[in-house]
This record gives sequence, C-alpha cells and structure tokens, in this order.
Amino acid sequence: MSRFELVSKLRSFLTRDAVLYETEDLKPYECDGLSAYRQTPMIVALPQTEEEVVKILQICHATQTPVVARGAGTGLSGGALPHDEGILLSLAKLKQILEIDPITRTARVQPGVRNLAISEAVAPYSLYYAPDPSSQIACTIGGNVAENSGGVHCLKYGLTVHNILKLRVLTMEGQAIEIGSSALDSPGYDLLALMTGSEGMLGIITEITVKLTPKPEKAQLVMAAFNDIQKAADAVANVISAGIIPAGMEMMDRITIHAVEDFLHAGYDLDAAAILLCEADGMTEEVADEIQKISTIMQDNGAIKISISRDETERLCFWAGRKAAFPAAGRVSPDYYCMDGTIPRKRLAQVLHDIETLSAEYGLRCMNVFHAGDGNLHPLILYDANQPGELEKTEAFGARILEICIEAGGTITGEHGVGIEKLDQMCLQFKSAERNLFHAIKHAFDPAGLLNPGKAIPTLHRCAELGAMHVHRGENKFPTIPRF
Amino acid sequence: MPKAVEHFIHTINAAVKNKKPLYIRGGNSKYFYGGQLTSQTYEILDVAAYSGIVNYEPSELIVTARAGTRLSDLEAVLSEHHQMLAFEPPHFDENATLGGCIATGLSGPRRAYTGAARDFVLGVRMLDGKGDDLHFGGQVMKNVAGYDVSRLVTGAMGTLGVLLEVSLKVLPLPSMEITLGMQMTESEAIDKMHHWASKPLPISATCFYNDHLFVRLSGAESAVHAARLKLGGEEIKQAKSFWQSIREHTHPFFHSGARLWRLSLKSSTPKLLLPGEQLLEWGGALRWLASDENLNENTIRAQAETAGGHATLFYGNKSSAQIFHPLTSYMMTLHKRLKQKFDPAGIFNPGRMYPEY
Repeated sequence: MSRFELVSKLRSFLTRDAVLYETEDLKPYECDGLSAYRQTPMIVALPQTEEEVVKILQICHATQTPVVARGAGTGLSGGALPHDEGILLSLAKLKQILEIDPITRTARVQPGVRNLAISEAVAPYSLYYAPDPSSQIACTIGGNVAENSGGVHCLKYGLTVHNILKLRVLTMEGQAIEIGSSALDSPGYDLLALMTGSEGMLGIITEITVKLTPKPEKAQLVMAAFNDIQKAADAVANVISAGIIPAGMEMMDRITIHAVEDFLHAGYDLDAAAILLCEADGMTEEVADEIQKISTIMQDNGAIKISISRDETERLCFWAGRKAAFPAAGRVSPDYYCMDGTIPRKRLAQVLHDIETLSAEYGLRCMNVFHAGDGNLHPLILYDANQPGELEKTEAFGARILEICIEAGGTITGEHGVGIEKLDQMCLQFKSAERNLFHAIKHAFDPAGLLNPGKAIPTLHRCAELGAMHVHRGENKFPTIPRF
Repeated sequence: MPKAVEHFIHTINAAVKNKKPLYIRGGNSKYFYGGQLTSQTYEILDVAAYSGIVNYEPSELIVTARAGTRLSDLEAVLSEHHQMLAFEPPHFDENATLGGCIATGLSGPRRAYTGAARDFVLGVRMLDGKGDDLHFGGQVMKNVAGYDVSRLVTGAMGTLGVLLEVSLKVLPLPSMEITLGMQMTESEAIDKMHHWASKPLPISATCFYNDHLFVRLSGAESAVHAARLKLGGEEIKQAKSFWQSIREHTHPFFHSGARLWRLSLKSSTPKLLLPGEQLLEWGGALRWLASDENLNENTIRAQAETAGGHATLFYGNKSSAQIFHPLTSYMMTLHKRLKQKFDPAGIFNPGRMYPEY
C-alpha cells in the first residue's frame, strides 16, 4: 500500500500531529541511541491509547506493513532503527501510571512511562523500581522490557525479567493477550521470560505490571584504587567469595579515571590503574558490617587508596564519576562507540589486556568502565566519525572485542540487545540450529514477520555469507539490512 | 560428544521415526506432579545417568551441571562452599535430579523473597525434537543475545526438549537464620506479611498454618538481630526441620485431604472461603488447600481467577480433574505453535502439561 493510502487510513482515527510523513518530521526518528545507523521510516505513528495501537496493527497486518516499536529511542543497539517501508510505532505517548498498589508492592504502567518516573511516583511509599539502566531518566519501561535492561544494581536486585509480573501484549493481528499474572507464577510456558528481551519481535507491549522494592534503610560506598587491574579483579572475586552480594560493583580503568576526573573533579586517584566502587545497602546494622568486610578485602588485595562515603552527599559524589563516564568520553573524543560484552569474571584481566592490545593495533583509544560484579563490560571506543574510514575501523575493533568475549565463554550482549548492531556476532555465538529455533519462535508469534523485521536474529543467508567472507577477522563493513 | 548424548539423539530420532512418544525421566521423584502421559505406549528416556557437575566456581556464583545430577549431590557441593540454590527447590525424593527440578520449575519457601527456579536459570544445553544439540543463555550473569529459551523451557514439564545441562546462579548461604513464631488469625497474618515485606527486612520465608505465623529471617547476624527486635514473636526451635517439612511436603498438612490444590494468587487476597484446610506461604501469594474429592474443581478455579492467579491439582486422583489451570483459547494456540516448533513430531512428554499436546 502506498504511503499516501496508509496515511489517510491512519488519519481516520489519529489526530494530524500523530501521523508524521513529511521528511523533516521523520528526521528525529531515523535512529535510536546508536546513531551510526540511520534509516528514514515511511511513516511515524504516535498513538495515545491502546485502542489506537490495535487499529494501527490491524491496518499494518492487513496491508503487510512492517512495524517497528520505539520508546524513548535511547537503545544502544539500533533495535528501534526504522524500516524504510514500515511504520515506526512510537509508544512514548502511552505514559500513564495506571495503578500503584503499595500493599502488594506493584505498579501497573503504560509502556511509555519513563523508568525513573516509576520510582518517583512510588517514592511516597518508600518503594522504588530496582532496575536502573544508566539512561533511566529518559528510557521507557516498555523499552526496558523489550531489551531486558539491567543497570548498576542488578547483581543484587536482578534484571528487568526479575522485576516484572505481568504484561499486556498485542499480537501483530491486534489481539490482546495477558502474559504473566498478579501471582508469582502462571500456568503454561514462561512467556513472560520469552517476551522480555525479545526486542519488539514478538508483540507490542501496552501494559506492564512491575514489582517494587522497599528502599533500603541505608546505602554506603567503598571506593578503592588499585595500581594493577588484576588486583582489582581479584578483589571483586574475593568480595563475592566472602558471601557478600554488593548492591553495586563497578570498575573504571586508567583512561576512564583521567577522563572523568578532568571533567568532574570527583576526587579520583589519578595514579590508579583501576578504581572499584562497591556499594552495600540494606539495614543500617548490616551495611556497617558489610562495609567493614569489603574495606578489609580491598586492603588485603593491595588497594593503594580506600575511601568510604561518610554521608549521602559523598556517596552520590563518588557515583557521579561513574555515571559521568559516557559524557566524559564525549568530552575527550568527538564520537564514541559503546560495547556490551559479558564475560565470566575470572577472565576480566585477560580480556582487558586483549582489548588494550587491540586498541594499539587499531590505533583507537578505548575507555573501560563496567559492571565488574557481573562481568558486563562496556568498552567505549573513542573515534572521530569525520575522519574517513574511522567508523569502519571502530566497528571492526568492536567486532573483535565481541569475539574475544565469546572466546572467553561470555556473550556479545549483556544488556543492550542485538538490534541491528550485533547481527554478525550472533552468527558466531549461535549455531544454525539455534538460530533456526529463534526464527521458529518468532514465526509462532508473528508468522508474517512484520514486527521489527531484520533485527535481533540474523538470517541464515547472512550468516552463510559472512562465513564465506571470513568476517571473524572483523574486516568488512556490516552488509545492508536483510528483509524477510 | 559423550556417548550418552549420542544415545539420547538416537532415541529421539527413533521415536520420531516410529511415532512413539518419549517419557523423559530423571529420578522419577515428580512423576506424581503434572498430567499423565496421554499415550498408552511410550519409551522411557532416562537421563539420570547423565550426571555430574560440569563447572563450578564459587567466586563466579555460577554452577553448571548435567541434568541427571542429583539435587542432593549438587546442594552438598554448593554447601561446602557456603552457597546454595536460593529458590529452595523441593526434592520430594532422594533421587530428585536437577533436570526434573528445572523441568517442573518448582520453588520452595524462599521463592517470594529471593526468586523462583526460572529467576536463577542462566543457560541450558538441550536436545530438541529433531535431536539437535542446542545451547541457550550461558555461564554469565547477564545475557540478552537471542530469545530467552532457557527460561522458556524451565517449568515446561519436558514438553519442549530434553535438558542436558543447566547453568544456575547460586547465592551465598546466609550466615545466620532464625524463625519467629506468633499466634494470630489468617487476616492478621496476611496484613503482617505485607507490612513487613514493604520494609527492608531480611525475611526469607513465611508460612501461616493453624493460627500461627512463622517468619524466617536470614542474613548477616547484625541484620537478623535487628530485624528480630522489629518483628517480635518467639524464636522457634527445630526451625530447620519445620521449613524442610514445608519445602518437601512431609508436614502432615500436605496429605491431610484426598486432594491437595495449589493456588498461586495475588498475595493480598483475603482468606479464601473454601471448604478444607489451608496453609499459606510466600507472603500470601501461595495457598495450599487440602480438600476432599467433592469440592468442585470449577469453584476452586473461579476463585483463583478472581484472585488474579491460577490453581493446580497437586496431589489427588488425576482422572477426576484437569491438573494445570486451563489456558484461554488464544494462549493454547500459541502454546501449541511453540510446542510444534520445538517438537514437530510431538514426541516429548505428551500430556504432561496439557492434554492437548
């Protein structure tokens, strides 16, 4: 169906400003947080109610028009990259908090509600929504479910999949289904888990019931500086071995420490090869205990400097540096490219060493700032997109990093998703029979393949081609987006 | 590839060829749970011998073991390193295996406070209905590459494939554990459990039975002591064996009626007005009902639905009622489609979940 016909169909029930099709109106939607990939959609639809979403899906289903869902567009893997012949379905206007139940500690919200807005709304009950991706000021809960977002505190409090109870989902035909329940489990298969992290490939989420967590009485932070990354990695392992599950355990390497300190002056030790931030939370008494134990372990592992936050202001100040790592990268380099591999923690020092070697090989700097407690790395490759060939070099470097993560027994993505970005690495991580089953699952929900086509799972054809071209060496550019 | 896996693949291929279903069996400890096989003739696929821990590094908080590994062996190894399966899976029998534990997806008293079996599953190696040897998830804490098949097969009653290996997140054993007992009515207990759950207290299990509420506190000594002062009540002796009897259903309550129904509900649901004895767990989210045969299945299911949940016939004559809560027709279609993708010939455990597949 032509754009003109589709627009007129959509306009029959959507307001003028809820259907965008002029080039200048489409421009803001051509990419998500991964701006290296851009594609103008045919149409952007901005429904305000579930009913409107149902109608849009019915039209798209009848006309075989692809649909790409989008929340706040903060995703880092191009999962919301539009389809040139499809509708970009923005769910940002479905942003009502429908119900808060402080007794059962749950909230029912629409997908466009911002992550942080949930915690703000339930703060009067001394509750909060635990998963805290770094984009939590802006990112939406719908996007969090689509990506199974994590955050700084997920070692102790879990990922999105551990913190939701129920979803209301529309199938591509516009049929509403309830997945999960108000109870702690549901009959049948665990479709709640299957839907979480499915990157908009299986259905459109219109309601989410989240679990809320009581606010801890107290939180306190130990900041420890090390002159050797291996010592810092050992300290992380020893904290865990001591039976402590820290609320957060973050590491920054030397180049990050310098970038952040120049930017923020948080008091980071510039002589350090690595800084660990380790947070304890809970009841006042246990926090005091844990902080004592953590400091001793840091000391025993050769920390050259240990600081313990004395109050909330200082705790937030210590955290500020970690949270400013990405902006700091933006300050020392025109562009940066964020990776998301996860590895078994014991391989940390080796993998970081390999990344350093690659950094010299490619002639590109790389900042390492990551969730040390769960082995989720976020190497930030610094580059300048205006230098010819530098983006391609950066992507090749990034691809190598992901291959190292697979070789170390890890995964290409811990929390950012595959999207359009890591399709080639999916060919490396999964065998064809596994990828076939992924396609089969997609087919069970969306037989026509209209939901977010071309994302998350590479086509067999694509992987076969890559094999022939030896992309393992990471030398070629990503091929064009395949279509079903 | 180990010989055992080759044998499993051979058995699957033969089952497809001969159209003869397979009953996947570990320790046979949970045969009573779930639906009966709908096929009269079937072959047993015995995975009990495929056992052993593949990888365990305590500082990684991850263990990978073969499906036939006995749960008790696995837990003994973890406990040597002061770690545990935090979802406290019931064994029901000393022969219980990891594979059966994950296939049934059952969790014990700690579930409401720490998480369920599915929350701790990080990865699986499995055989599908084509005999393909597949890996999903992995041995890392965070992994969003591909759909979450590992959790999908958790609790699937073996209908989607044969589990070969499972990777689980483990947690440290709490350094201290005490249980407080206090007398009160059921309504008071439901209120109390909710009130305490909204505070940052180290509660790890709750149970209400016979006008008594039992609350287990687990964690650092300092936290347990501080919480004890806030909660009140009397510390009970033999707390370990009490929780063991709840987890393993050796408490006489669980066998006091002809049928045992498991109602999983919105936790704040008021006292259920159903004939028979009740025992509450999980902060009110799990209600066990020991009833006689005459209590109408539909009455129970209707109450469960009104309370935002579902009901399962746990013990009792299986031919007299459906086992798992019926699905809506659309959901059943979706389930059948998924089943078909994993097991096109329909050879794995037909009827163990629903009579339809």
